[in-house]
Amino acid sequence: MPAPILDVRALRKSFGPLEVLKGIDLSVRPQELVFLVGPSGSGKSTLLRCCNRLEEPDSGSIRLEGVELMDRACDLNAARRRIGMVFQGFNLYPHMTALGNVTLALRKVLGKSRREAEEIGRAALDRVGLADKAACHPGELSGGQQQRVAIARAVSLEPTLMLFDEPTSALDPELVGSVLAVMRSLREAGMTMVVVSHEMRFAREAADRVVFMEGGAIVEEGPPAAMFTEAQHPRTRAFLQEIGR
Amino acid sequence: MDALLQQFFNLDVMAQAWPLVLKGLGMTALLCLAVIPLGLGGGLLVALASLSGSRALRWSVRVFADLFRALPPLVLLILIYSGLPFAGIRLSPFAAVCLAFLLNASSFYGEIYRAGIESVGRGQWEAARSTGLTAGQAFGYVILPQAVRNVLPDLVSNTVEVVKLTSLASVVSFTELLYAADMARSVTYNASPIVLAALIYLAILWPVVRLTSRLEHRIAA
Repeated sequence: MPAPILDVRALRKSFGPLEVLKGIDLSVRPQELVFLVGPSGSGKSTLLRCCNRLEEPDSGSIRLEGVELMDRACDLNAARRRIGMVFQGFNLYPHMTALGNVTLALRKVLGKSRREAEEIGRAALDRVGLADKAACHPGELSGGQQQRVAIARAVSLEPTLMLFDEPTSALDPELVGSVLAVMRSLREAGMTMVVVSHEMRFAREAADRVVFMEGGAIVEEGPPAAMFTEAQHPRTRAFLQEIGR
Repeated sequence: MDALLQQFFNLDVMAQAWPLVLKGLGMTALLCLAVIPLGLGGGLLVALASLSGSRALRWSVRVFADLFRALPPLVLLILIYSGLPFAGIRLSPFAAVCLAFLLNASSFYGEIYRAGIESVGRGQWEAARSTGLTAGQAFGYVILPQAVRNVLPDLVSNTVEVVKLTSLASVVSFTELLYAADMARSVTYNASPIVLAALIYLAILWPVVRLTSRLEHRIAA
């Protein structure tokens, strides 16, 4: 079995008196697509956001390709550029063009020249089907297009792991497909991905593993076929039936 | 009617006063060139400090900003120029004016920047940091440009206030536009130089005031 890309151990996080993560263990292997599901408030988004320490965990261990991110000496910025993140609200920079959004980190984090960064940026936009929108500002793009630019922004840095935090929840139904198509093509290209989403059909056909969380703990996990048809835990069954309807 | 024109709009007197008034205008410009960048820079520091993680820093800067926003700038200027010598600190009129207006302007600019920074969503910060940008880079390339754009009308209005404020420098015998015009008035026994100065202020500031209205309109739209 190959060494995991991401290895989370005993991760705990509280917001005030509320314990949101109660000692999570999660391991993600190379090229694996892991789907985190669960009712709202189950801690799945917090878990995702702890993986690059956008949210600061209280304790536990997060290893990315063997490097401990919780170490005081860890260069967090260096780690973060190897973890792409896609947000529910896109979070594109509204004062920059689509290409500017993609090239900012290429230039300022990876130190590429403007010309080189734009070359990579255009290729990344092409990959999400938006080569012709390079000069558009986010305000001129549909939600689906904005989210694809956000994916291009993350992918252009050549991350070893991609985190998706409800990437289609803010989209009109007819725009969801274009974003899922991009995620599918990433998966086919061998990207390791952790996805928080309610797109159960996508989970069923694309995920390697479905992880069901509730109340800040992992209740059950397994391949989608098994989870959707013969989940062991009654809570899992109830949730997946409810949401799958 | 004729007497009014003679006393207030006397072109001969204005022509006579022109070289002096022009010199004053130059000094006003110099003062603006010093005070506006100082205020904008100081204001940014005030805003950053008032949003910092350190409670002590946050509170001391809040007190600083409140104090210098509440204190009338003329009182502050006289305190610095005429009060400080009693503590053995004697500043030139120019330095005293710069210091007083730096304190005043940076407090006001600071509050404006702070509102601008707070108007930028947290998601922008998270997106920037998630790509590996440092805190400074995220602030400089992502947060600040949006913050400034969101409060541009207020920044420009405050700059108009600062320009008007420079006329207070006349009180400490700094030969700026108003002081020069008043000197001309006392020499010519005629109010026309003051009217001339007023017209110059208007000519400079009226377009800027129009601009802020248009900016506000654009942002509201």
